[in-house]
Amino acid sequence: MPPVLPSANGDRLVFLLACADDNLVLAQRLGEWISNAPELEEDIALGNIALDHLGVARALYTHAGEVEGLGRTEDDLAMRRSERDFMSALLVEQPNGDFAQTMVRSLFFDTHQVELWSDLSDSDDATLAGIAARALKEARYHLRHSSAWVIRLGDGTEESHRRAQEAVDALWRYTADLFEGGADGHRDQWQKTIEEVLDEARLTIPEDPYQRSGGRRGFHSEHLGHLLAEMQWMQRSYPGLEW
Amino acid sequence: MDATQLPGAGVVTATAETDLIRARDIASTVVDPEIPVLSVADLGILRDVEVRDGRVTVTITPTYSGCPAMRQIEHDLKTALGDAGFADVEVRMVHSPAWSSEWITPEGRRRLASFGIAPPGPLGEVLCPRCASGSPRMVARFGSTACKALMVCTACGEPFDFFKEF
Repeated sequence: MPPVLPSANGDRLVFLLACADDNLVLAQRLGEWISNAPELEEDIALGNIALDHLGVARALYTHAGEVEGLGRTEDDLAMRRSERDFMSALLVEQPNGDFAQTMVRSLFFDTHQVELWSDLSDSDDATLAGIAARALKEARYHLRHSSAWVIRLGDGTEESHRRAQEAVDALWRYTADLFEGGADGHRDQWQKTIEEVLDEARLTIPEDPYQRSGGRRGFHSEHLGHLLAEMQWMQRSYPGLEW
Repeated sequence: MDATQLPGAGVVTATAETDLIRARDIASTVVDPEIPVLSVADLGILRDVEVRDGRVTVTITPTYSGCPAMRQIEHDLKTALGDAGFADVEVRMVHSPAWSSEWITPEGRRRLASFGIAPPGPLGEVLCPRCASGSPRMVARFGSTACKALMVCTACGEPFDFFKEF
């Protein structure tokens, strides 16, 4: 297994930014559910989870700025980089779709985050180790939520099963990115966890092995640009604006 | 003449010590804006207070990644110390080691329970803050803030917040 955290400063910066971008983009997507979730508890849950992702992104951006040493702040890194500079996985920028699609996307991502943060919890980089130790506890909590929903939907009614399977079929192809950039060794353990959940949910991994990747190199689907345009609008229009 | 023998040198040292004690006392009393019965010291996030050349450095460790209260706490620490005459205050955020709910002091746990919030207990035990029954039902894993879940007591019917084990 290759080292998860690159030691060269430039590589380390890229790695931190990719992890931060994943969390920021998913936070933005989950936030879109607020006031639209199927029930009040879910509204609150998705808002809470989005805030956790946002908090992880903020800590990572701040740390990335320190590693870079050019004085860029968390806001500079989150709000003043363009689509081509974002290294988030294609998975997280995919639109929310229906609730099943959102939960399957979170299942894929949360499982990845549990693997990633448990590895980084004893990193030599003390700040990153601290961020990871905290994020790990949160990721486990998120995974309980997303896996419980995927099981409930997959093993639910005919309609919920059909939708959950459609979500797995639609999103599976975007999972390759999660294992690029030094984290390849996690794919086996990741897939094992996913298979356990999908089995219980009576869902299956699509037979078509096609995978689309490129997010880690800044090649995104058409969806990220729209998301960033909305998210960055204020800072782009009024640079340096503060509350 | 040695610097320590200058007139007033001893007074300066005594003042520095008093300043440190005062700064610590003031920082310790700042409360969590979401749970105002709990001070940052009770919550276990106040890691260090230093006074050097008139500058106060307060070190805190954030709780949950998504806790929006951290920014407010930073602001409140600066205001409280500023009001006490410390003009130059820096609040440092240290991530390592990561905060754990085990760091909540026994006093903090008592205060949480008296406020109607069940504190995280040993071995995941959750007691109803009203009747102390140990058989609550989880209503929602995600409650009114990042740190809480919503429970209801099966003995007395009281709905209550539970400060999650973290």
